[in-house]
Amino acid sequence: MTITLQVNGVERKLDVDPEMPLLWVLRDVLGLTGTKYGCGEALCGACTVHLDGQVVRACVTPAGRAEGKQVLTIEGLSPDGGHPLQKAWVELGVPQCGFCQAGQIMTAAALLKKHPRPTDEQIDQSMAGNLCRCGTYQRIREAIKKAAGGSP
Amino acid sequence: MRDANGIGGLARARGGGPDRDSRARGGGADRDSRARGGGPARDARPGRSIAARGVLRSVVVVAALAPVVAPSCSGRNDDSARLRASLPAVASNELRAAADFAAIADAKQRSGALFLEASRVLLHPRCVNCHPAGDVPLQGTEMRPHEPPVVRGPDDKGTVGMECAGCHQDRNAELARVPGAPNWHVAPREMAWAGKSPRQICEQMKDPKRNGGKSLEKIVEHNAHDKLVGWGWAPGPGREPAPGTQAKFGALVAAWVETGAECPDEEARP
Repeated sequence: MTITLQVNGVERKLDVDPEMPLLWVLRDVLGLTGTKYGCGEALCGACTVHLDGQVVRACVTPAGRAEGKQVLTIEGLSPDGGHPLQKAWVELGVPQCGFCQAGQIMTAAALLKKHPRPTDEQIDQSMAGNLCRCGTYQRIREAIKKAAGGSP
Repeated sequence: MRDANGIGGLARARGGGPDRDSRARGGGADRDSRARGGGPARDARPGRSIAARGVLRSVVVVAALAPVVAPSCSGRNDDSARLRASLPAVASNELRAAADFAAIADAKQRSGALFLEASRVLLHPRCVNCHPAGDVPLQGTEMRPHEPPVVRGPDDKGTVGMECAGCHQDRNAELARVPGAPNWHVAPREMAWAGKSPRQICEQMKDPKRNGGKSLEKIVEHNAHDKLVGWGWAPGPGREPAPGTQAKFGALVAAWVETGAECPDEEARP
């Protein structure tokens, strides 16, 4: 079956099983490997992408749900890695191993879109589904505040 | 020094990162059965023994008062017990049919008994888990807080980045085992059932201020046909469904409304 969707602003017509997880479509069919596979159960947040602006876990989202919708991945967040979050991430040296960080940034990007100056509570609530085994949580919070225009 | 940076912050705010991590790594095992594994440890918490001592004290006080209050209480309890005894026995995963209650001659008592039977569904974890007291939905047969940690948010559908639909699809995810149904969300705060008696739930279900502005007819329709309600009987492998079927439950609620939508006594339990 063919599904049509926009991925990072580009229309794609894909001959895939609509039950295939969106994460497989992104990584294996389109080669967009910035989005990671972590737990496969929507428990870790490594596969976070935006679907029509809403945060979804691509590992449990059937490709068919994305029909006619806009998918945004870490590769499409900015054309040159210049999103305020990406800059803050670099400036503060947030990642350690880095595996979870694309998911962390995508969730943080959705948070800042809705709450441009988030409180600590809003940051904690929104980021609660993104695990970091290296424990970079404090730097993540600092970088979100920095990207929001505050001083960490 | 990066490692030293990492343990606090969000992880501490969440309360218990390591447990979540190990669950996240657990692969495809049954979420409910993982949850059940925590049961004994929870019971062993000091808070439980204090609560248990409180219950014991209450029992002692009630026992001491028994000679004074026994006549009126035992009369009502006898009535209730006699009514229950007149109904056909059913397995814990079944519901009595609405017709089974025809044996109760008094319409008011029959109506209360019908609601009490329906409350076996309402108070089942599959239903209570999304009618929590407070802002955090529950999970599993033992009704632990939802993992990962979520809150109801402004529209009862989560907060940005943690919306219900970010993980829950319009149907159960077969392989990942994330439960799903159309319009997955938490019941509004005023529709909390957790910790309430059947009578309290009955009264709030009839109250348009606490039932989403629904008429009794709409309540019947919602219970009998809503797809999210229906998920309670089709929760996917490894999760215990609510007793009976949605059709039987809907018929009980309809019969309750037809008999005057009376509420059972405060002490009555199914």
